[in-house]
Formats: sequence, C-alpha cells, structure tokens
Amino acid sequence: MPTSSSIVLSARAFERTVSRMADEIIERNDGTDGLVLVGIQRRGVQIAERIARVIEAREGVAVPLGALDITLYRDDLQTVGPRPVVGKTVLPVALDGRHVVIVDDVLFTGRTIRAALDELADFGRPASVSLAVLIDRGGRELPIQPDVVGKHVEAPARARVDVMVAEVDGRDEVAFAPADQP
Amino acid sequence: MTSPLGKDLLGLEHLTAGQINLVLDTATPLKEISERVIKKVPTLRGATIVNLFFEASTRTRISFEFAEKRMSADTVNVAVAGSSVSKGETLVDTARNLEAMKIDMVVIRHPASGAALFLAERIESNVINAGDGTHEHPTQGLLDLLTLRDHFGSIAGLKVCICGDVLHSRVARSNIWGLMKLGAHVAVCGPRSLLPNAIGEMGVTIFDRIEQAIEWADALNILRLQLERMEAGYIPSLREYNRVFGVTRERLDRAPRDVLILHPGPMNRGVEIDSDVADGAHSVILDQVTNGVAVRMAVLYLLSGNTPELAEAAKGVA
Repeated sequence: MPTSSSIVLSARAFERTVSRMADEIIERNDGTDGLVLVGIQRRGVQIAERIARVIEAREGVAVPLGALDITLYRDDLQTVGPRPVVGKTVLPVALDGRHVVIVDDVLFTGRTIRAALDELADFGRPASVSLAVLIDRGGRELPIQPDVVGKHVEAPARARVDVMVAEVDGRDEVAFAPADQP
Repeated sequence: MTSPLGKDLLGLEHLTAGQINLVLDTATPLKEISERVIKKVPTLRGATIVNLFFEASTRTRISFEFAEKRMSADTVNVAVAGSSVSKGETLVDTARNLEAMKIDMVVIRHPASGAALFLAERIESNVINAGDGTHEHPTQGLLDLLTLRDHFGSIAGLKVCICGDVLHSRVARSNIWGLMKLGAHVAVCGPRSLLPNAIGEMGVTIFDRIEQAIEWADALNILRLQLERMEAGYIPSLREYNRVFGVTRERLDRAPRDVLILHPGPMNRGVEIDSDVADGAHSVILDQVTNGVAVRMAVLYLLSGNTPELAEAAKGVA
C-alpha cells in the first residue's frame, strides 16, 4: 500500500487503460449492437467519451453517448450542508432494449451507482446494465460490483484517489493521497 | 464560491447576484426532468409542502404544484374559500396549525405586501413567496431572468423595458431588482398614473411613449393590465390604453431590431398586447411558463432542509 502521495496512472498509462476498457466492453457485448455508454457527472462523462472514441476507431461505429447527473437521486441529501450543484443529464436515445454501460471514474462505496441505477430506471427498461470504472478503490457499502475495471487500488476509507482528465483538469492522471495529506 | 439561499425565498431585493445565478444555474439542468417519460425525481421524497393561497391564482399555483410533484414532495393545497381562514382565523394561527401537522415548506400567495416575511419570521418551515400584495413575486422574476438568459446568453448589458401597470405589479418589482443585480439596463413604460412616484429612485429609465421603449429595448416584459383595479380611474378606457400603450405588430415592425416579448400572464389580448405579437415569432411567453416549473423546482431543492441556523450562516457568506 502506498504511504505518500503517489501516481497511480500516468497520462500514458491512463490512455492504455481506457483503450483496454473499450476493448473489454466490445468483447463483453460481442460488438457494438445496442450499446449505449452513459458517463456519470463529472469525470465519468469524459472517460465515457474517451472509450467511445476508441470504440469508433476500432469498430467504425459511433456508440450513443449519454451523461447522467445523479445529484437529485443521492441518499444523503437530508444530511449534507448546502445543496450540491446539479449537473446536466442527457440521454440521446431511448434506453429500452439497449445494453447500457455506466462509466464512472472511481468506484468506492457504490452509492453513486445505486443512485445511477435508480435514475436510469426512470428513462426506460434497458436489456442490460453493466458498470465500467477507471479505478476500483474498494470500500463498498452496497452490493454493487464493476464489470470492467481499469485498475484496482486498495485505498483505506479516509484516503483520496484523485482522477484528473485533460478536458477538466488540464492533464490525465490518477493520484493517490493517504488520509493525512492535505 | 456559490452562496446558499437561506431558509426562505421572500423576494429578489435582498438576494445577491451570486444567489440569483445559483437558482438559474440549478434550474437549467432541471428542465430536462419535465421531458422524461417518468417526470419525477426522488429528491424531496418525504417532504410535505403546503400551498397556502389567499388570492386567486391558476398559473402560479399549478406551476408550484407540478414543481413539487416532480420533486416527489407531498403537497396540500389550502385555498381561502372553504378554509378556516374564511372563519376569521389569523394568518399565523393557520400556519402554526399546519406546522403542528409537521410540514416542511409553505408556499404563500397573499394580498397583503409583507405577508410572506411576516410568516417566515414566525414559523420554522421554509417559506416561499408566491406573490405578496404589490411587493414581490420572486419566482416570476427568476423565471423571467432565466427566459432572457436562455435567449440572449447573458443578462449583463441587456436593455429590458417593463411595460404597463408597474404601480400594482409585484412582477415588475421582482424583475427590476433581479435585472439590476445581474447588470441589465432597466426601463419602465406606462401611463404616469400607473407608475409609482418613486420609480426613478430605483435607477430605472422612464419612457412615456411605447414607441420610445420599443426603439430602445432588446426585450419587453409586458405586464397584465389589472382590469379589476381599473375601475378606480387610472386610465380613460381600455380602448384608449391599447391605442396609446398597446404593443402591436405595426409598432414592433418599426423597431431597429427584433424585440423579445415576455408577458407574465394571464394576457388581455387586444389591450396591453395584440394577438399577433403574443403568438408571434419573437414571443417567449410559453417558454416562460415552461421555465416557471424548472425555476420553482430549483427553489424547492435549494431551500429544502435549510434550517434557520443555516440561513444565518448563509447571510455571513452572502
């Protein structure tokens, strides 16, 4: 286990990891038929876009891409301080009968994914829903597991795993900061 | 840093530009919910909201009710007729009785200016002003701001003229405060008998002729002539009002640019606004109605769970 702030994925490794995730998604789905990628706000959206780009390069198909903001479905709204900012939800196609892949940056407690599943159900009845995450850091509080994982990191509950993407943060990187780091 | 809203929404006069933008920024993504197959999010599940209407209202009450239901709150409507209010119960007693039934929010429409503040100071629940006398109608002001921002991209520098019965209009007051805080240039236009004496002190331009207003403005917000008040002799006749102050196609055709048309409703077609203007290409009157639901959902979301203590803390931030 790392003890000081350390790089989990460099920019190059980030790119390779996303490519492999894209391959696994196509493989699991046996192609791109009925596939829809749905990124979770915020950084899940950019990772979903990257995956879609790789799929398009490999298969020549532009997979429908959506964005989901789960704020209004959070289970802790009654206890958190000022109301969290609500982001955009855009689903470009009807989800009925589709194979939806939820894409997020970090999987931790599983509560975000619980909220995402509830929200997706309000848009229709997909044929299947699976989960792809760049980082699985453990620490689940709900019975939720990923289907496609970029990298596993064993992080204690109070440590931070920071995912940065070029579109938002200026560079691609995943860094690990133990609990006492500022 | 965004500043939270506090416990109540009573008017736009005491909000900061940051707080107003927070409502508009929150309302924008919420519009999508009304386009879904299942038009509902679970955010306010378990919250109880009372719509306390001491004055007739169709649009505002329905808009609040849709907003509440789309956020999954449980709602009760209390109208004056048929309630204990008609038996002489005071406003505070009515509210305290409702609060004793463990409610979370009150939306109040009342003919007396200041009624919402009076209530907010006396109960723990969040209070939303849905129009108090001639004072303010903040959610209408916010939905007008959102409609303008959607169309022009930004409010700052925009020239907006509020036309008609400004004297009796809480919509006008909320609009003026909100527009000025976001950096718009604001004007009013109407017969002097329908403009408040001190209107100039709010920092707005005054046009006596509608032609001048149309030539100057990017957008007109045309107020409803409150026919029920017009018997008191503010204007000679409705026909004359339409002839001098009516917004007509002919007048708009002479404008140097396309003027966006807003109206808070309900419209008196052929009085303050002609039908071909209300239904014309530059009218955003129905967009206002759509935005009203989103703005009210945003306000419910931002106020929900805000206790009096949090509201005090919010003042420090603002």
